[in-house]
Amino acid sequence: MVRVRLPTHLHQYSGGLADVQVDCAAPATLADVLARLDARWPGVRHRLIDEQEGIRRHIRIFVGSAAAAGIEAPVGAGEEVMIVAALSGG
Amino acid sequence: MADTALLIATRKGLWILRGNAARTDWQLEGPHFLGNVIHHARLDPRDGCTLVVAARTGHLGPTVFRSIDGGASWQEAVTPPAFPKAEGGRVVDHVFWLTPGHASEPGTWYAGTSPQGLFVSRDGGANWAAVEGFNEHPDRRAWCGDDKDQTPDGGKLHSVLVDPRDPAHLFVSMSSGGTFESRAGGADWAPINQGVRAEFYPDPYPVFGQDPHCVRMHPARPGRLYQQNHCGLFRRDEADGRWVDIGANLPQDGVRRDIGFGIVIHAHQPDTIWTIPMDAGSVWPRVSPEGKPCVMRSRDGGDSWQLCRAGLPTEQAWFTVLRQALTVDREQSAGVYFGTTGGEVWASNDEGDNWRCIARHLPEIYALEAERFA
Repeated sequence: MVRVRLPTHLHQYSGGLADVQVDCAAPATLADVLARLDARWPGVRHRLIDEQEGIRRHIRIFVGSAAAAGIEAPVGAGEEVMIVAALSGG
Repeated sequence: MADTALLIATRKGLWILRGNAARTDWQLEGPHFLGNVIHHARLDPRDGCTLVVAARTGHLGPTVFRSIDGGASWQEAVTPPAFPKAEGGRVVDHVFWLTPGHASEPGTWYAGTSPQGLFVSRDGGANWAAVEGFNEHPDRRAWCGDDKDQTPDGGKLHSVLVDPRDPAHLFVSMSSGGTFESRAGGADWAPINQGVRAEFYPDPYPVFGQDPHCVRMHPARPGRLYQQNHCGLFRRDEADGRWVDIGANLPQDGVRRDIGFGIVIHAHQPDTIWTIPMDAGSVWPRVSPEGKPCVMRSRDGGDSWQLCRAGLPTEQAWFTVLRQALTVDREQSAGVYFGTTGGEVWASNDEGDNWRCIARHLPEIYALEAERFA
């Protein structure tokens, strides 16, 4: 299980949940985690990851304490994933 | 007959302003999608109840929301507009323009995006597919130019028009790029910009590369197009195949008024059109010339014009009205409406003669559509 922390921006999908457990066996990648999230809440992946598989400009995703460069980032056993809606101006 | 409602798409959400039969009393409903950037919202004229909304947030990627109950509930598109995955492939930044399809094709919608892309849905906006005949056209890159050629928040495909005589006869316009026509349902395209100025190029009359801000067609006269362009106002009749400068017919009183963003046509009078001039001098302030907002009206297809400003502020009013924020209702005596980037909605229920503010304190208005719910 991977713990995923969600920003308020995604509460429209999660029904207000800020923290979810995703069933994802190790070894896993961020792509695996996002696929599980999208299966649970269809459409959420597209809001975070563009059609060329890049993390969108104002989204940061941390695996543990490191910002993921892409969706192939490994997610180790016991590591948390934190999705952050980064600065986007007024 | 149902009353007019205005769909107000703003940088911070969607509002609906519902009018009474006389269009004298307006009730504001919303917000829907508070905090979302809403670039456009349209009601399906074929059923009078399906709403389609182009949305994103400052953080989350672009999507489309749909309602089949007039806005009481919403569903997100299953497959929003997106370019195919490819090496160096493009990414949809936002869905900019929505057009319901032909009357004979219920469920069909078109979407124009930034950067310039054309998408189609055949199921009421639930699933969107790229119109490859346009997006993958070998000349598309030449037509659109590079990123530096685009408007500040990205190049846009807009003014998707469907010929009521033939669902396969389509038009799109691009800022920048010009206006293009397909007679093959989008499978192939050709530029139709003859006569349209592009003052920002060494050749001011190129085959493509112009900057149409808004192009409209009247269903009762689909062979004629009107265009509010970055460089003036133009009209094109199918038989001539060439755009005519109708901005030259504006009153010559020392104030240039042929530049603006939007243009609209009377629902029952194909020769009656309205535009809103903006200051295109010096560094292009894009506000009301001299701080005195006005609406230009022509009742003869642009051959002559009347300046309409009764009820509008007479000084120190610096309106910016974006290309989708000027609209007209379907009444015999047309109601004309515009929304400003300062969050005000202005209305005239006598075809532009007199104006009053019917909503204020809204966020920056991106688009305004006068619709009629079933």
